[in-house]
Amino acid sequence: MAAHAVEEHTHTSASKYIQIAVVLFALTALEVLLYEACFGHLKESMPGLASSLGPYFVQLLLILSAFKFWLVAMFYMHLKFDMKVLSWVFGFSLVIASVVILALIALFTYNRTLWWIGGVKW
Amino acid sequence: MPTPHNTEAAATMTTAVIDHHDAPEHEEHHSSMPIDNRKLAIWTFIGSECLFFASLISTFLVYRGQSLKGPGPKDIFSVPLVTFGTAVLLFSSFFVVMALNGAQEGNRKKLITWLSLTVLAGCFFIGMQVYEFSHFYHEGMGYTTNLFSASFYTLTGFHGTHVAIGTLWLATVLKDAIKGNVPKEKALNLELAALYWHFVDVVWIIIFPVVYLMSLGS
Repeated sequence: MAAHAVEEHTHTSASKYIQIAVVLFALTALEVLLYEACFGHLKESMPGLASSLGPYFVQLLLILSAFKFWLVAMFYMHLKFDMKVLSWVFGFSLVIASVVILALIALFTYNRTLWWIGGVKW
Repeated sequence: MPTPHNTEAAATMTTAVIDHHDAPEHEEHHSSMPIDNRKLAIWTFIGSECLFFASLISTFLVYRGQSLKGPGPKDIFSVPLVTFGTAVLLFSSFFVVMALNGAQEGNRKKLITWLSLTVLAGCFFIGMQVYEFSHFYHEGMGYTTNLFSASFYTLTGFHGTHVAIGTLWLATVLKDAIKGNVPKEKALNLELAALYWHFVDVVWIIIFPVVYLMSLGS
């Protein structure tokens, strides 16, 4: 069993790990560049880029983060090569976590709206 | 009264129990599923940690922009410092996966080298966070200054605590590796610590854009 597990993990070679590290680093650099282009030092030198990317700043950041998350979970945490039950355990937790985040944001936004019109104070 | 036959049987059973504990198979902690119990346990634990950080992240998000007084994110955050810390944490995930690769190949030198780098990266990240927190404090942002400070310190502080625990865990595995106690058959000991370390990394992958970049960009 242990030998089988080792065999499974060595499917990912060191060069693959290096490639993923480079991609992760590049994506992080892209996130910072995106911020700099929309709101930071590059905004004045590239006003066209800032105005076109600015409205999608949050969405783009979330997509980049989700891709980084996926890369680490699949390759560094070996979910791609491990038993499916582990992916289900992690995936189920992520679904519940997402529901918790969305539910809390929805609840507080709703209460805040009521507060603004003179309703509930919190 | 114990008969010679009973005594012999008891001795045989005792030997069997001792043999069972000494056997390498005992290290694998098998369950009815074809997967190691400890691995399933760490993944379940990671699942519960997802909920923990989800509650902290959502608290930060619902309190965003609700502070009645400063300082706010734009007054204190330093993008270059945090970006550097993020890069170090990302690379530490690469370091630990290389260390695991070394452990699974039975390459002790590779294991110790990469694991040492991981522990160093963990220490650097903790140092960066201590520096950042003390800098913010001197800038006038205490824990109870406003909603932003309370939710920021709680979220990043708990993450930093997780990094510290992960660093300690990896350091104990490194100590074992230096002593030669992490052979190829016991690579799972490192894999469990590595899984926890990667989880800490993926949480930061979310925290960095959500807490730092989005707060500055809003």
